Amino acid sequence: METYSFLRQFADSWMLLFLFTFFIGVILWAFRPWASRSYRDTANIPFRHEDRPATDKEARR
Amino acid sequence: MVNYIKLIALGLVTLFAMMGINFARDVAYQFHAIIVALVAGGLFIWTLRGIGTKVSHPQDEYMDGVIRAGVIATALWGVVGFLAGVFIAFQLAFPALNFEWAQGYANFGRLRPLHTSAVIFAFGGNALIASSFYVVQRTSAARLWGGNLAWFVFWGYQLFIVLAATGYLLGGTQSKEYAEPEWYVDLWLTIVWVAYLAVFLGTVIKRKEPHIYVANWFYLAFIVTIAMLHVVNNMTIPVSIWGSKSVIVWAGVQDAMIQWWYGHNAVGFFLTAGFLGMMYYFIPKQAERPVFSYKLSIIHFWALIFLYIWAGPHHLHYTALPDWASTLGMVFSVVLWMPSWGGMINGLMTLSGAWDKLRTDPVIRMMVISVGFYGMSTFEGPMMSIRAVNSLSHYTDWTIGHVHSGALGWNGMITFGVLYFLVPVLWKRERLYSLQLVSWHFWLATIGIVLYAASMWVTGIMEGLMWREVDANGFLVNSFADTVAAKFPMYVVRALGGVLFLAGAVVMCYNLWMTVRKAPAKEASLSVAVPAE
Repeated sequence: METYSFLRQFADSWMLLFLFTFFIGVILWAFRPWASRSYRDTANIPFRHEDRPATDKEARR
Repeated sequence: MVNYIKLIALGLVTLFAMMGINFARDVAYQFHAIIVALVAGGLFIWTLRGIGTKVSHPQDEYMDGVIRAGVIATALWGVVGFLAGVFIAFQLAFPALNFEWAQGYANFGRLRPLHTSAVIFAFGGNALIASSFYVVQRTSAARLWGGNLAWFVFWGYQLFIVLAATGYLLGGTQSKEYAEPEWYVDLWLTIVWVAYLAVFLGTVIKRKEPHIYVANWFYLAFIVTIAMLHVVNNMTIPVSIWGSKSVIVWAGVQDAMIQWWYGHNAVGFFLTAGFLGMMYYFIPKQAERPVFSYKLSIIHFWALIFLYIWAGPHHLHYTALPDWASTLGMVFSVVLWMPSWGGMINGLMTLSGAWDKLRTDPVIRMMVISVGFYGMSTFEGPMMSIRAVNSLSHYTDWTIGHVHSGALGWNGMITFGVLYFLVPVLWKRERLYSLQLVSWHFWLATIGIVLYAASMWVTGIMEGLMWREVDANGFLVNSFADTVAAKFPMYVVRALGGVLFLAGAVVMCYNLWMTVRKAPAKEASLSVAVPAE
């Protein structure tokens, strides 16, 4: 099979399937119910460490 | 040791550039060789004199010097780019402004790419680099990675801008829209961009926060994708190492498709993803409340980058491009409407509960109207990508109006808002010099954009209808010159809109300058208790 036809066929079958599943997976992952607390924490990052970097002691892991 | 390697490299570059001055096959290359020889020679002397001095990078402080420089560069390049735009707008209305003595250097064809590159890459690019350095440090709670590499990124990028801009005037261009610079300028930008990626990613990696804040995701997508687009779209082979002319390796419709894959994603990742990074940091900061929905911001991010990359073919409707490809581009463009508006809602709703700030704080008003323009142009764009609409709008000034409602409204306004936020913070001032001047800027810019967009809609649709008008026998009614003559009044209105927008930017520069000079300084630290009498 010539390269064009092969790539064309691959693109609209397996690659499409992979990208679509990955995308749906990301959305489901974002909506996982137990994440709300960590999202609230992450959303508040801009309001910490405004003037100087965190020291190793303050670093949150 | 590093300094000696630097000296050898700079010496070799200077020598090569001097040979370039001698062997140059065209003016653009020769002029650039002079610039490079001067810069590299100057850096050689500077490095030599600096040997032995230690540069300190205290890890308990943010690196703000390079951001201050970036803020100044953004404001200055902004004014230069807007001025060029106003001038070429008047050139279109009054062709006599294509002066005879400046033919071949300052006529519309030469100045137009100068304008687009100055506003997109010089104004927008500096705003992106400076704000990303600010945001990545604050949200990672870490100093920029790589020591002086950030300064290399800043100055290297300015050199790229100067080489690109002077190249256009002297005819060194490969005629690809938004990718005009020739091969050696492209190579230089690639080096600078890889350094930029290293600084940004290095800072993210050494972060002191467990999570990467969403703004950094957008900035990172912008840096990585622009690197990919730039390299693929500039696969050229120079005709001679002593000349600026090069030949692209892609042929025919593939070349066109790659150009618009690049061109549309320059809009999608440079002017959208990067600026959304600004939105997700600075709007919460200015409104003093976290983003409306962090979940929505994650979905916004993934949906945007998954969809944008396919939208390019809508620039090539009714061309040699296969129908399936242009349909694909059209469908993805329309689908893209949803994540764009999701992001707009997320930005606007961040103000819920603080809407009164719109009345009292002109800076947040500026940021909010920018998000409003984002929503408007991300509705207009998908509509124009539909084949039937495109058959009317393509090649007309409607496209120019669309681009400017996005660029002036969304990119311009959010950048102004960010500059108003950053200057007091970076120069440690308590507040801006004058909020009233911010209001003046807001209204000048908004009215300017309205005049610009409205006149371009009218003239674009008129032009499209005139082009396709046929009489009873099927003959075209209008000649091209008829449409040009009919557009004159709208061209004047457009240019006046540009004057207002430019005036607003000048007011901003004055205000920012006076903020640094005159506004009261912020107390160094309030935690040091002042003894009460």
